[in-house]
Amino acid sequence: MKSTMKNLDVHPVAVTGRVDRRPHTRLLPTFLLILGSVYCLIPVVWVFVAASKSDGELFSTFTFAPGTGLFSNLGDLFAYENGQFALWAANSVLYAGVGAVLSTFVSTMAGYALAKYEFRGRNLIFYSILAGVLIPGITLAIPQYLLMSQVGLAGNPLSVLLPSIISPFGIYLSRVYCESAMPKETLEAARIDGASEWRTFSSIALPLLVPGMVTVFLLQFVGIWNNFLLPFVMLSDQDNYPLTVGLFTLLSKGSGSPALYTLAITGAAVSIVPLIALVLFLQRFWKLDLISGGIKG
Amino acid sequence: MSLTSAPPTIASPPPGSRRSGIRRRSTRPRFAPYLFSAPAVLLYILFTLVPVVYTVWISFRAYRLQGSGIGGRRVDVFAGFDNYATVFSDSEMIAGFLRLLVYGLIAVPLTLGLALLFALLLDVPAARAKRFSRTAIFIPYAVPGIIAALMWGFMYLPSTSPFSYITRALGFGTIPFLESPGLFGSLANIAIWGGVGFNMIIIYTSLRSIPVELYESARLDGATETQMAFLIKIPLTRPALILTGVFSLIGALQLYAEPTTLKPLTSQITQTWAPLMTIYRDAFITDNLPAAAASSTVLALGTLAVSAVVLWLSSSRRKAGARS
Repeated sequence: MKSTMKNLDVHPVAVTGRVDRRPHTRLLPTFLLILGSVYCLIPVVWVFVAASKSDGELFSTFTFAPGTGLFSNLGDLFAYENGQFALWAANSVLYAGVGAVLSTFVSTMAGYALAKYEFRGRNLIFYSILAGVLIPGITLAIPQYLLMSQVGLAGNPLSVLLPSIISPFGIYLSRVYCESAMPKETLEAARIDGASEWRTFSSIALPLLVPGMVTVFLLQFVGIWNNFLLPFVMLSDQDNYPLTVGLFTLLSKGSGSPALYTLAITGAAVSIVPLIALVLFLQRFWKLDLISGGIKG
Repeated sequence: MSLTSAPPTIASPPPGSRRSGIRRRSTRPRFAPYLFSAPAVLLYILFTLVPVVYTVWISFRAYRLQGSGIGGRRVDVFAGFDNYATVFSDSEMIAGFLRLLVYGLIAVPLTLGLALLFALLLDVPAARAKRFSRTAIFIPYAVPGIIAALMWGFMYLPSTSPFSYITRALGFGTIPFLESPGLFGSLANIAIWGGVGFNMIIIYTSLRSIPVELYESARLDGATETQMAFLIKIPLTRPALILTGVFSLIGALQLYAEPTTLKPLTSQITQTWAPLMTIYRDAFITDNLPAAAASSTVLALGTLAVSAVVLWLSSSRRKAGARS
């Protein structure tokens, strides 16, 4: 431990009590952070540049040189199979939006019950659900498909929506947030005033829990939006595909056909815009300290 | 005498009212917690518990042909551990698990290492461009894995790769991103790119909760930023590091979307490259559900075992540290 520290230490003889103002302590961290930013932004920049190229330009010009085909690519994308791309986008919004809203309410109610009530079976429920975090979600997709086909729901959009509502991690976060954000006295006071349990929850607890709920909603929204295997396994009608599965089929059909490559690239570029915008816009509402703070001890 | 009798006197209201008070308190919330958690429990049973039990059940079954020739029909029989024996004797499956291991050994440590490095750098008071870098490094979180794989795939493909374009122009030829040894790094890179930002934010928020006084006294003692990182910051963010570590491991074991997306671009990725790809093929293409179920069970148990070992190691190390 000590020897590695010495090797890594840039300047071992610093004996200042003030904030370090020597140039290298500023330059090296800043340089590394910029390097990391460039690494993370390169594919995003590339996909937008590539989306502006016509089929011929994609394989002939330098990849970071903008092309001339942006508008015709966009036109082709939205005209593909009578506007299937717009359908995929709408499906993604539907699955992620409705799924995340329902998931947030289910998680919040369960988290509230687990945090604020003493009842028989509480630990059993909590630890069984917590173990669900460790079960690889993807390995569930196949049995879920088999069970869905037995009740005749396979291929139906509900088969993607329903399994997305249960989120062990969301329930865990809701419980942690509920414990820290809501004093027990508030609930006691409401009960003494004669409020029903449901009223106590809906009009006193819920407003206090909003910041935690926003976090659960966003995690779940991004999770469902980015999910690939569940819709890939469940759905067979291309009109029900979300963006991830739709673009994947475009790419796998495209081997050897540059026109479909261009479509897949343009589709990738268009499809990441709304989610990046959402994440950037809502960044300050995220209580991610909830995640790191909830796991102490 | 007076001492022992005092507490009951103070605490005892008239007997009747006390009992009714207890009853009122305990009857009211009796059903409420069950009703509040009912939707979650119901969905959990339907979409997690039942599928798990169903998978394990199928993994002990087998389809056998009864009778012979055209009159034979497929029947569902108990097969014991036959399917598991098949999983462990299938060389292609074992090779898939080994490929997964190599991939995980690259992807998990690098994702966590870079996430920790960037979180520590964001916490260096003198560093500049912090707001911009934090946002930029977090952006890949918003990109679905399948689209990340698609974008990187084209950046690896010799005819469209900007990196190979540059190396060709310099006379070094094309970089073999999609050829055998490099392929592991290329796949891991997609996961690292997508995972660093989110893990960085979790570690960073955990760093921000360390009391400032610790740093002030360390600085007075003459500690450098690097020493503070190793002696104060990393030990105190341990819970966040364990959490991100376990999640990264689970994510690595579920490798599916990235190799499946790159498959059309290279002949190196077969239909059974990763265990989950084999499971998908068995379940949906060759219609061998028992095999898929047995492999799924092995993969899930493996994930649980790896997570348990990580959690156990980190907790026993913490206890040892506290003792010394």
